[in-house]
Amino acid sequence: MEFSKVTRRRFLLRAALPTIAAGVGVGSPRLSAAVAAVASVSVLPAQGPEPIPVSLNVNGRSYDLRIEPRVTLLDALRERLALTGTKKGCDQGTCGACTVLADGRRVNSCLTLAVMAQGKAITTIEGLAKGDELHPVQAAFLAHDGFQCGYCTPGQIMSAVALIAEKRPADEASVREWMSGNICRCGAYPNIVAAVRAAAGQPA
Amino acid sequence: MNAFRYARANDVASALATVAADPKAKYVAGGTNVLDLMKEYVEQPSVLVDITHLPLRGIDPAPHGVRIGALALMSDVADHPAVARDFPAVSQALLLSASPQLRNMATIGGNIMQRTRCAYFRDATQPCNKRAPGAGCAALEGVNRQHAVVGGSDHCICTHPSDLAVALLALDAVVHVRGRAGERAIPFASFYVLPGATPQRETVLEHGDLIAAVELPASPLARGSYYLKVRDRASYEFALVSVAAALDVAGGRIRAARVALGGVAPAPWRAHDAEAALAGKRPDAAAFAAAAQAATHGMRGRGQNDFKIALARRAVARALAHAGGAA
Repeated sequence: MEFSKVTRRRFLLRAALPTIAAGVGVGSPRLSAAVAAVASVSVLPAQGPEPIPVSLNVNGRSYDLRIEPRVTLLDALRERLALTGTKKGCDQGTCGACTVLADGRRVNSCLTLAVMAQGKAITTIEGLAKGDELHPVQAAFLAHDGFQCGYCTPGQIMSAVALIAEKRPADEASVREWMSGNICRCGAYPNIVAAVRAAAGQPA
Repeated sequence: MNAFRYARANDVASALATVAADPKAKYVAGGTNVLDLMKEYVEQPSVLVDITHLPLRGIDPAPHGVRIGALALMSDVADHPAVARDFPAVSQALLLSASPQLRNMATIGGNIMQRTRCAYFRDATQPCNKRAPGAGCAALEGVNRQHAVVGGSDHCICTHPSDLAVALLALDAVVHVRGRAGERAIPFASFYVLPGATPQRETVLEHGDLIAAVELPASPLARGSYYLKVRDRASYEFALVSVAAALDVAGGRIRAARVALGGVAPAPWRAHDAEAALAGKRPDAAAFAAAAQAATHGMRGRGQNDFKIALARRAVARALAHAGGAA
């Protein structure tokens, strides 16, 4: 049925490719046209699993990479762009240490494929300060001692920046609820909440 | 994570054709569930078809309610004024789900398609009939505090993790699906399939089907809806038990009622007996207690999850007390 049909088409594709490739060279327009003629026209061309071109815009700078489709935005930032401020905690969307902004909205970079982050303006913790001048949320975390070991802090700060941009209420209960996607194993929550409230302009 | 190919879809027809042509192809939108499961080797797709560029993101007025595009983000739907006003249980369920970050990523279509949080399903070294049909179910005799008290089978006792789905069931949502034969509308009440002997099958969708939208009919019932979630932590946790309740009260009597539960079954669970018990009654504590009793008819625990039955009873009574603007 459906499966055997697909298998047959794939077999034909595989059988046809070497012959065509030998004639015109891999990657030529004529080869692409030949492949399209063999495959159903409505099936999308797929890239990978080998490295593919991926362009990222991070902190206002453009980067052209060659990475596998399975590389997460988190790993691309840390391993390829050396932007290690974004932390890998759980790597499964439960801790928030990897929080970055995508077009201004907070997301977990560990559950984002880099290839799908193309076309979005990514902001990491490295993109907050202006030279030596800290972002107000960074300054508030310092002033209120909003951390112990510091591992979750970049994610906490990115999440807090978004919380303020979203204009969420800044009473203590609301801050705790709207910061719930960021876990702190040290339990520095009282000072984190104080820092976020201060940055949001609330009296301590 | 296994290596896979990536394809970006710019039109629905190509997306459908690409997934339908390959039994191991999958759609990806927010990625919050499928990528997580891929990291656990529970999902191992050959190709991921990126549907985030399809024009299915709108939240628009429908003739008798609202039509929510499958790619609308959880956060955008939760914050939408018309959704919050006309379908409060939907907005509440979304805001009680996941975290702000995940709600900025996850879509409505993906939310209702998310897989169970059963630890044995997520652990590829454990037997699980859903992940590997015929392998057995480790939860039956294992740690099953989180598991189903109704609707399960000897093959699977998982629970469905979506809060949104519970609210959609209570409010008579309709799922609009695009398949290779065109678009069809599936009432939410017949969208999910209970595990029986085939727990790998979770919905009536065929491979390659793509959810286009979820439509919600407006009604006095929907406007008086309420979502209650009970969980181990105050926030950012899946439900032990949840309830979507809706009441339409006129002249001091309940004209219509809806009660649906989450966290108790492999699919969101409609409590028809509770609704029948409420019809024509005054909306008071006695009626709510009777409905709560009826809601748990037929529920049976497996030891560690026995507590869910009493919890469900209390949650139903409390949700009804908040529904219909009564509290």
